[in-house]
Amino acid sequence: MLTVDSISKSFGGLTAVNNCSFTIEAHSITGLIGPNGAGKTTIFNVIAGAMKPDTGGVQFQGRNITGQPAHKLFHLGIMRTFQIPQEFFAMTVLENLMVVPAAQSGENLFYALLSPGNVTVREKEVRDRAVDVLDFLRLTHVIDELAGNLSGGQKKLLELGRAMMADPDIILLDEPGAGVNPTLLGDLAEMIERLNKERHYTFCIIEHNMDMIARLCDPVIVMVEGAVLMQGDMNTVRADPRVLDAYLGGDVHGAPN
Amino acid sequence: MDSAQAYGYMLYFVSLMTMGGIYAIMCLGLNIQWGFTGLFNAGIAGFFAIGAYVTAILTTAASTSHLGGYDLPVAIGLISAMAVTAVIAWLVGLLCIRLRSDYLAIATIGIGEIFRLILKNEIWATNGARGIAKIPLPFESLNEPWNKIGFMMLVLVIVTVFYFLIERARLAPWGRLMTAIRENEYSARAAGKNVERVRIEAFVCGSVLMGLAGGLMAHYIKFIGPGATEPLTTTFLVWVMLIAGGSGNNRGAILGAFLLWAIWSFTEVLTGRLPAELAVKAAYFRIFLIGLLLQIVLQRYAGGILPERRPSLNIKA
Ligand SMILES: Nc1ncnc2c1ncn2[C@@H]1O[C@H](COP(=O)(O)OP(=O)(O)OP(=O)(O)O)[C@@H](O)[C@H]1O
Ligand SMILES: [Mg+2]
Repeated sequence: MLTVDSISKSFGGLTAVNNCSFTIEAHSITGLIGPNGAGKTTIFNVIAGAMKPDTGGVQFQGRNITGQPAHKLFHLGIMRTFQIPQEFFAMTVLENLMVVPAAQSGENLFYALLSPGNVTVREKEVRDRAVDVLDFLRLTHVIDELAGNLSGGQKKLLELGRAMMADPDIILLDEPGAGVNPTLLGDLAEMIERLNKERHYTFCIIEHNMDMIARLCDPVIVMVEGAVLMQGDMNTVRADPRVLDAYLGGDVHGAPN
Repeated sequence: MDSAQAYGYMLYFVSLMTMGGIYAIMCLGLNIQWGFTGLFNAGIAGFFAIGAYVTAILTTAASTSHLGGYDLPVAIGLISAMAVTAVIAWLVGLLCIRLRSDYLAIATIGIGEIFRLILKNEIWATNGARGIAKIPLPFESLNEPWNKIGFMMLVLVIVTVFYFLIERARLAPWGRLMTAIRENEYSARAAGKNVERVRIEAFVCGSVLMGLAGGLMAHYIKFIGPGATEPLTTTFLVWVMLIAGGSGNNRGAILGAFLLWAIWSFTEVLTGRLPAELAVKAAYFRIFLIGLLLQIVLQRYAGGILPERRPSLNIKA
């Protein structure tokens, strides 16, 4: 479905991504793990059009999308969340979600002014969906709060909420679990599974929480120093001495000491 | 108070409301640009001047001293003022909208001044420093004070109509989109929004109102010359009005315009009483007073007198 082909990206003298290639299969939940600074977020930025790669290309559903701007990629079906939450600061939590859906004709000034029936109907649809998503994320009590006032974990949930508002083919989640409380983390994993099964969304998830990765992801891609070290199911990855050495170390749950 | 005095006060009030209304239109325009969308337009004077000259050229009687006049109806003059401003704002937008907000400010100052210089120096079209006179005042056939009152009513009706239109658009997905771009352009892009396109749209919409205000001012004072489009009395004052009134709040924008214009015109009365040796510095004194006032307002009301309020679930349900 999505192929990253020999991508490299440097910032000044620092090579963040170095000739990195991998493929994400349709309907999979693919994990992307690796030590801090391995280039995971940078790869997301390249895929989602926030950055242009120095070399290499990205194919999505058989088409070359290298270097396309982020807003076009959204309409092709790619939604991403941010590792550092990027909320609409001085807008309410509800508005933060209502911004996202495509095909809002009320975004056109003339439709907004004339406000024909279909604009009102669509607005209600979008609002109801946002209310549902907030209910799911247990953010209903802060629905009218400005997003900038939320706690770190709540902002993280809002990131996920925005992804749920889009109707994408693939969702790129950058550390969705960071800072989220353990109970909710379980629900979150369950929701990702459900969206994957019922709506056939493809996921690519960057996470440092290995329990979550183990529960959800197959395959798992391990990145180290800007390149793919290996790829496989979680058990294979966990057992691989190179991965243990570069990332997991000996103290990870389930891994041999 | 005798009746002549009362009549004088009444005329003063009418002039306050008319000028306040014209400023309110500009303030609403800047509110779309800065208040909703976060675009720092520091070239208000330029768009104001374009609107003023367009309607002046179109509606004055034929003249050898400037382009035109074409003796067209005032309504056509004003609509053309808006249309021409729209096209020029669109071109400026294409050129500058990718700039970060502080650079956009610098670029628009420059472009605004370029427009003003062109208008000042293209003497064949604008009569240069001597300006264009005898611009028709609508309702001129009425007797004083009814012509002035008629024009005031026209301005106030325009303010009211635009207030309702812009408020409606603000509460619609359109306004939400503008503010999303103001608040986080990366997130807006990731949500499929064409940030550049939307910014240009906001820039054009706001500038059109500035052009309209320029046109109305030209008809009101019946004369337009380079002096009437000074950045001090347009760009600077409009910014103070919006910030003091409440950026992002349409009512705040209107309130700020009327309030600040009343104070501004009162400072003229005040500085008029200064001793002669100080009177030459009156302009600086007025700016100082306005700056001080802004400080005081912002100390007490951080978001302006009527700060921005986001729509809540209950309001919209
Ligand atoms: N915009 C940028 N400008 C300069 N350097 C950057 C930029 N973005 C990333 N880098 C650098 O690129 C390298 C890879 O960063 P990246 O964010 O992709 O790592 P990551 O794998 O997501 O790490 P983490 O697990 O800590 O989030 C880092 O050394 C980082 O400092
Ligand atoms: Mg990262």
